Amino acid sequence: MAKIVSLPQAVSDLVHDGDTVALEGFTHLIPFAAGHEIIRQGRRGLTLVRMTPDLIYDQLIGAGCAAKLVFSWGGNPGVGSLHRMRDALATGWPAPLEIEEHSHAGMANRYVAGASGLPFAVLRGYAGTDLPTHTSTISTVECPFTGERLAAVAALNPDVTVVHAQRADRAGNVQLWGITGVQKEAVLAARRSLATVEEIVDDLTPVPGAVVLPAWVLDAVAVAPRGAAPSYAHGYYDRDNAAYREWDAISRDREAFSRWLRTLEDA
Amino acid sequence: MTGTTDPVSATDPLSRWSADEMMSIAAARSLRDGQACFVGIGLPSTAANLALRLHAPNLVLIYESGTLETRPEELPLSIGDGILADSALSVVSVPEIFNYWLQPGRIDVGFLSGAQIDRFGNINTTVIGEYDEPDVRLPGSGGAPEIAASCREVIVVMRHRLRAFVEQVDFVTSVGHGNGPMDRQLLGLRGAGPVRVITDLGVLEPDPETAELVLTALHHGVTVEQVRAETGWQLQVSADLMITAAPNPTELETVRGMRTVGSGES
Repeated sequence: MAKIVSLPQAVSDLVHDGDTVALEGFTHLIPFAAGHEIIRQGRRGLTLVRMTPDLIYDQLIGAGCAAKLVFSWGGNPGVGSLHRMRDALATGWPAPLEIEEHSHAGMANRYVAGASGLPFAVLRGYAGTDLPTHTSTISTVECPFTGERLAAVAALNPDVTVVHAQRADRAGNVQLWGITGVQKEAVLAARRSLATVEEIVDDLTPVPGAVVLPAWVLDAVAVAPRGAAPSYAHGYYDRDNAAYREWDAISRDREAFSRWLRTLEDA
Repeated sequence: MTGTTDPVSATDPLSRWSADEMMSIAAARSLRDGQACFVGIGLPSTAANLALRLHAPNLVLIYESGTLETRPEELPLSIGDGILADSALSVVSVPEIFNYWLQPGRIDVGFLSGAQIDRFGNINTTVIGEYDEPDVRLPGSGGAPEIAASCREVIVVMRHRLRAFVEQVDFVTSVGHGNGPMDRQLLGLRGAGPVRVITDLGVLEPDPETAELVLTALHHGVTVEQVRAETGWQLQVSADLMITAAPNPTELETVRGMRTVGSGES
């Protein structure tokens, strides 16, 4: 049952060194505030899972929190590369980084399997590509009914999933809408989960297409206004495209990144 | 070539155009009204939104962020911009967009780009060089492998450069025609794969016999030699080589009027 706690308390309680951590949100509702709190608390050796690592994982990797990255598209959307990720892979700075690379469909189905309590998921995918050669969580399975060979991907069950949402009620039920990505699956696949929210309200007025995460599938809810910025929260604030562009220069240079990191840690 | 469409000598801005504008217009023309199109970000998104504003008002645009039938007023910067959700008929989850909408083969056209493409239309967006110690690490797969596998057909939009049009890709992220004819069937891929590669110089299509990409059209003002100089294999030229019609004023005004969200341009 979700407890409503402060963000530092939630991260301290739920995210431990060496954990497999998924911070999900597909371009929209990326839990930046929670990611920054993980950096401030100095977590190390994390396996970071996200379909699109985005700036938040570039920051966690640059801050030395990560040992491994599980992902399916690692760029700065609309801008270019993730330079901290590339630096870590090429030179091991500030820590060596292992990768496990999938396609979006593969990652989405891994969460579906995890949420469904199944050991793997089946999809039409990966056939003829070079990914299965490099990624051990991709295999094939024969359909018992038709004999057809299909791709199989191992379930993802993070130790902890963190999502950001528009709002929660006082009981800790969480509501999110707009592009809802893979957050429901990522929360239901996880052993522990945290939702940060823009605000806590008395009643969750129904919103078309919204995902509701009942309080009893969450461990903690923390209020984090603008907690998805510089990504966006539909109905609350827009994506800060300028910040995404500016990250390119900050992340290209270790010194500029280190200055950014000190600013974050002092905040 | 008439005086009014000569990109070199004319002074009227609507009788000059850039290679990128020609590419986006040629790619937009290749989409038919009423088709369902799974759109990659960047060049494909520009071309698909252009088609929507020109001859294909009923084009169904689908983005991997789960936005179905979206018609954004401005071009999205990322695949999950709010403007895509605001203007969508419906927004579905990411597992749903891949499993229910893409995988069964109900999407007509997959519209993709890439860093490298080879003579069989295989696409690389993963690494340049060796996987474990690459010269350049690219963003990776995203939705492309399954878009290339499952859409009824695939159209690729890419700038034509020697480093990008290679004999063999360094890494097969998304399968085109594999190593030749019948490979897609052997792999169990149900869509037809790339039927057209539209570049800033011309159009390549797979030869029906060999599945190798051959030059089937030159854009207005481009020569075969120019295309060969930017292609890393012995490019064959179709016996029925076409010349792409020059952009008309409506096309040029429309492509120039499109703005990217938050670009600061007005």
